[in-house]
Formats: sequence, C-alpha cells, structure tokens
Amino acid sequence: MNLYKYAAPSTFYPLAGRLAPWFYGAAAIFTVIGLYIGFFVAPTDFQQGEAYRIIFIHVPAAWMSMIVYLAMAFWAAIGLAFNTRLSSMMALALAPTGAWMTFIALWTGALWGKPMWGTWWVWDARLTSELILLFLYVGFMALHASIDDPRRADRAAAVLAIVGAINVPIIYFSVQWWNTLHQGASVSLTKSPSMATTMLWGMLVMAIAFWMYCIGAVLSRCRAIILERERSADWVKEIA
Amino acid sequence: MNRAGIESTVPPSTAAQEASLAAAFVAVVRRDLLLAMRRRADVLTTLVFFVIVVSLFPLGIGPELNTLRTIGPGVLWVAALLAAMLALNRLFAADYADGTLEQMVLTPQPLSVLVLGKVAALWLTTGLPLVVMAPLLGLQYALPAEALYTLVIALALGTPALGLIGAVGAALTLGARGPGVLVSLLVLPLYVPVLIFGAGAVDAVMSGLDAGGHLSLLGALLLVSLVVAPLASAAALRIALD
Amino acid sequence: MLQAHRLECIRGERLLFRDLDFALNPGELLRVEGPNGSGKTSLLRMLCGLLSPASGTLQWQGADIRQLGETYRAALTYVGHQNALKADLSGVENLQLGEALAGVTITREAAREALTRLGLAIAADLPTRLLSQGQCRRVALARLMFRARCPLWVLDEPFVALDTAVVPEIAALLSAHVRTGGMVVYTTHQDVPIEAGERRSLRLGGVQ
Repeated sequence: MNLYKYAAPSTFYPLAGRLAPWFYGAAAIFTVIGLYIGFFVAPTDFQQGEAYRIIFIHVPAAWMSMIVYLAMAFWAAIGLAFNTRLSSMMALALAPTGAWMTFIALWTGALWGKPMWGTWWVWDARLTSELILLFLYVGFMALHASIDDPRRADRAAAVLAIVGAINVPIIYFSVQWWNTLHQGASVSLTKSPSMATTMLWGMLVMAIAFWMYCIGAVLSRCRAIILERERSADWVKEIA
Repeated sequence: MNRAGIESTVPPSTAAQEASLAAAFVAVVRRDLLLAMRRRADVLTTLVFFVIVVSLFPLGIGPELNTLRTIGPGVLWVAALLAAMLALNRLFAADYADGTLEQMVLTPQPLSVLVLGKVAALWLTTGLPLVVMAPLLGLQYALPAEALYTLVIALALGTPALGLIGAVGAALTLGARGPGVLVSLLVLPLYVPVLIFGAGAVDAVMSGLDAGGHLSLLGALLLVSLVVAPLASAAALRIALD
Repeated sequence: MLQAHRLECIRGERLLFRDLDFALNPGELLRVEGPNGSGKTSLLRMLCGLLSPASGTLQWQGADIRQLGETYRAALTYVGHQNALKADLSGVENLQLGEALAGVTITREAAREALTRLGLAIAADLPTRLLSQGQCRRVALARLMFRARCPLWVLDEPFVALDTAVVPEIAALLSAHVRTGGMVVYTTHQDVPIEAGERRSLRLGGVQ
C-alpha cells in the first residue's frame, strides 16, 4: 500500500473521516477503564488521601501536552522543508489540542494543589513549565492567525514552532533547576507518591485514553481545516 | 557572453569570502549606528523605560530595604528584559517599511550575517546602556558590591542573548496584523531561561555561593542563540517578504 | 541568460498567471505589460527570488536560481516600487551604504557625481525625507550607475513619479546597459522610448 497517496488533502480527508470515530471510541473505552482503576481500584494514598487521584488526569494531560508539541513542531518542520500543504495543516490542527492538554494539566494541577497546600497555584517545576508551554502554543496560534496569507502564516508559524521545540528542553531544564534551588519546603507535584502498581496501571490506561482522544480530535480538526483551505478545489465543491 | 557574466561565475577564494563577510557585518553595524545617532531620542527611551520600571517597584512594594534587597536582582532583570523587548520594534520594522530590508535580502551576502550585524548594532545602542546603568540602579536596591559586579557580567552575557532571541520574534511578526503585543507573547517564554540564570547568578552571589555555574550557563545560552537565532531570523525575514 | 519555465503565481487565493514561459538573452530589453493586478510586480519579485512561484522554475545560465543563491543575487539589481532609502540619511550616504552592503566601496565624489547627473547636485547632501517624491525616485535610480557589474536589471515602474526632464537620462542608462550586453526587465505604464538592443514585450493577461 502506497502511503504517500494520503499526503494529498483530497485523499487524506476521507481517510481521516473513517479513522476518527474509531479513535474516539477507543478513547471512550480506555477512559472508562482508566477512571474505574483510578477512582475505585487504586488504594487510598496514606499521605495524600483521596485528593491525589487527580493525577490520573493531570499526568496524562501533561504528557500529551508535550508529545503534541513535538508532533506539531515535527509536522510544521516537514511542511516548511518540503512545502507540503497537508503537513502544515496537520500542525495547525495539533495546536489547539495541545493547548487544551496544557490547560487541563494546569487546571488539574491547581485542583490538586488546593486540598494539599491550601493554595490554588504552586510554582512547582512542572506547573511552571506547563504554563510556559501554554504560552508557546498560544503564541503559535496567535502568530498564525495574525498573518493573512495562509501559506505565509504556515511558514512563519513553523519557524516559531521549531525555535520553540529547541527551547522546550532548555526551558524545562532551567525551570526545574530554578525550582529546586528556591525550594524551602518540598511542595512538589513532581514528587509523586510512591506508586502502587495499580496506580501506575491507571495512569498508563488514562494516558492511552488521552492519546486516542487527541488523535481523534486532531483528525477531525484537520478535516475542517482541509475543507476550508481547499474550498475552491473541485472535490470539495462536490461534497459541500 | 557579457563580461559581468564571466565575473560572476568565478567563485571568490575563502580568504576573500571571509573578508567580505566581515566587511558586510561592519557595513551593517555602521549603517545602523549612523541611523541611531540621527535619532538619538529613540535610543534614550529604552534606557528611560528601564529606569522608570525599576523605580516603580519600590513604590508598589514598600521601601523596606531587606525586601528590596531580596527582590532586587529579579526586578532589575525583568526590567532589563522588558526594555530589551521594547527595543525590538526598531530592529526590522523601519527597514521593512521603506524597502531597505528587501535590498538587504537581495545582496549577495548571507542574510544571517547581516541580521547578526543589525542585532549587534541594536545591542550597542540599547543593551549596552542597560548594562552600564544597572549597577547604579542596583544601589537603589541596596545590593552589595559583589552582587552588582555579578549583575553587570550577567547582563553583559544576557542582553545580547535577549537581542538575538528577540530578533527571531521581531522577524516573524513583520507584516503581521497588530505586531506590537504579539512579539511579547512570542518572545517572553523564550526569554525565561536567560532570566532564570541571570537573576540566579546574582542571587547566588548574595547567598554567599559561587555564580560560576549560572554564568557559564548564560554563556552557553548566548552561544546557542548566536548560532540559531540569525539563521531562524533570516528564514523568518524571507517568509515575511514573500 | 534567464529562462522561465511554466511559472505559476497565486496571490492570496487568486491565480494571477500560469504556464508562463520566456527566455531573456544578453542585450535584450523585456517590457512586462498588463492591466493593474495582472501580476506584473509579482512576476518581477519572482525573478528576484523574493517570491516563490506556486509552480515552475526560473533558471539563470542553466541553473535553478534557488540553487544558485548568492551567485544569482550578485548578478541582479532590483529597483521596486519602494525607493529603499533611509529617510534620515542623505542621497550620497544612501548610495554609499547601499553599495557597501553589497561589498562595493564608492567614494563620496562618485556618489555626488551620479546624483548631479540626475539633477540632484544641491539636494545630494540633504536627508532624503526633505526631498520630493520625484527627487527620491532619482536617488533610487542613481544606484543603477554603479550596477554595470550586474547583468540583470529588474525595474518595477522606474519612470513613475519622475520629472519629465530626467526621463531621457534614465532611458539612456537602460540603453547603455543593454548595449554593453546587459539585460533589463521592466514594467511601465508610460511609453518611454528606449533606443537599444532587442526590445521585447510580455503581456500578462488576467487569467479567469
């Protein structure tokens, strides 16, 4: 099977349409299993009580936020280097999903912090890195939206994504270092409780669930972007 | 076949190439410095902004010297960062508007060298004054002498890095709608490592520790941006002119 | 020798032209004509490498201009709609610095002489923001007197805003360049007689 034929928007569109429901379905199944494990099977943590269970959403969301950024930078780089339209559309489709994952990670981090330490925000290394990652996502989307010509917007945003990708490890390392230096008390979401095996399983299942959801969402959004960009093409006029 | 065609197909020797790269760099720096001298007021606004921001914090926080001493390095660094960011709109925007940027892209010189020249000139007119002014303002925060000394070195390493990173943001937002605020959104997250290590160096010295590690990391960041930023900016400029 | 193969131009979402072919040899003058919005400026910018064609290739002496990079840019001079002058610098300074960026040194006297030839003897040392639009255009075109080394001249509306007294002088510059083996691609709405070389024209349609 020649995979390259799917590099054209017109062939990718129906493929994405057929695949997306499967990913959504898988996401739903894994979410149910994962939440069941997380909320009913995994034992109560003797240090943190029931509140720790938020990590079953927080940690997978944080993982996805970083994976999606790398995927976005990758597709943007491909689009820039080879001048392929679909790659840039894929990067554009990935951005909002990644931003959402970051937002969920931040939100759940705050929800964890409140019962633990009484504050809605904690300058923990991961939360601070997530915040900066959110700015990088928003910057990508804002830059793209502010340039009128779509191809030029794709290319400018791609340069930004690549520069951001180089910076993400640097930023992560520097924030990590900054946090350990300034820590008086060791309040840290990254210092997770010693994990019972069931807890690990729960997180893994939830991670897969998030991954499935992200793929489904990105495929759907990519379809919408394709329709908008290619609206003057014949195959789109037949569908619409 | 005309004589000019024959000339252009003979590649220059490496020594001549290096000489012409250095000459191009110097030409750009001289040009931008000359332009800055004709518009001295613009140059001063960055410095004045720096001074004003630094002076605002005690008004908001209170004049207690111990508090000021603790927040001093951070405040001075954030103010320097914001001032450096404000100066960015002088980097490419004017050249883009009057067509000279286009001509720069069309010269037979590597665009990254020309970008490096522009960033160097901008640093000389806006970054260097910050480095010189900072220890004076540090006195307002009752910072001890070793801290001031470290602050100067850290800013001397950090402000060129800020200029280089900022150049990428400035180049990306050329020809975008509403560029002013967008540059800050793009560039401030990328500034974070410089801020952390720069302020961290001064904090370390004030806690009696050695700042060598932080300063080396700052130096490393400067080197990485020296390599990456001109290339990324050149790519972004070509995209903007498309 | 400049060759264009099947150039296609899409700006925004409009197709301006497609399947454009032409070849330009030394000693030829190519005038690009067409109604407003037909892509004349876009074509000229494509020739300079500032704009990438949606499809098609451009070759300079047999090699793709994207591969040639600096070698092609060294053979090219572009004067676009914008004058590319720094408002705070004088005409003389603009000329000198413009050439310095390309790696060429010209003396102040040479610059002043070039400007005098175009009738700017007194205005040569004033900052260009004090000059009229026509005078600024003259400074922008004065650059051409130092660009005999570049075989290909690409000029977008060189005669626009120009005082009628100076037009023959510029036409003479173009003729001289073409006569010595250079090539000129230009657009203009005015009918300016240029006596030299092989005069050709390319008309851009307005593709539906």
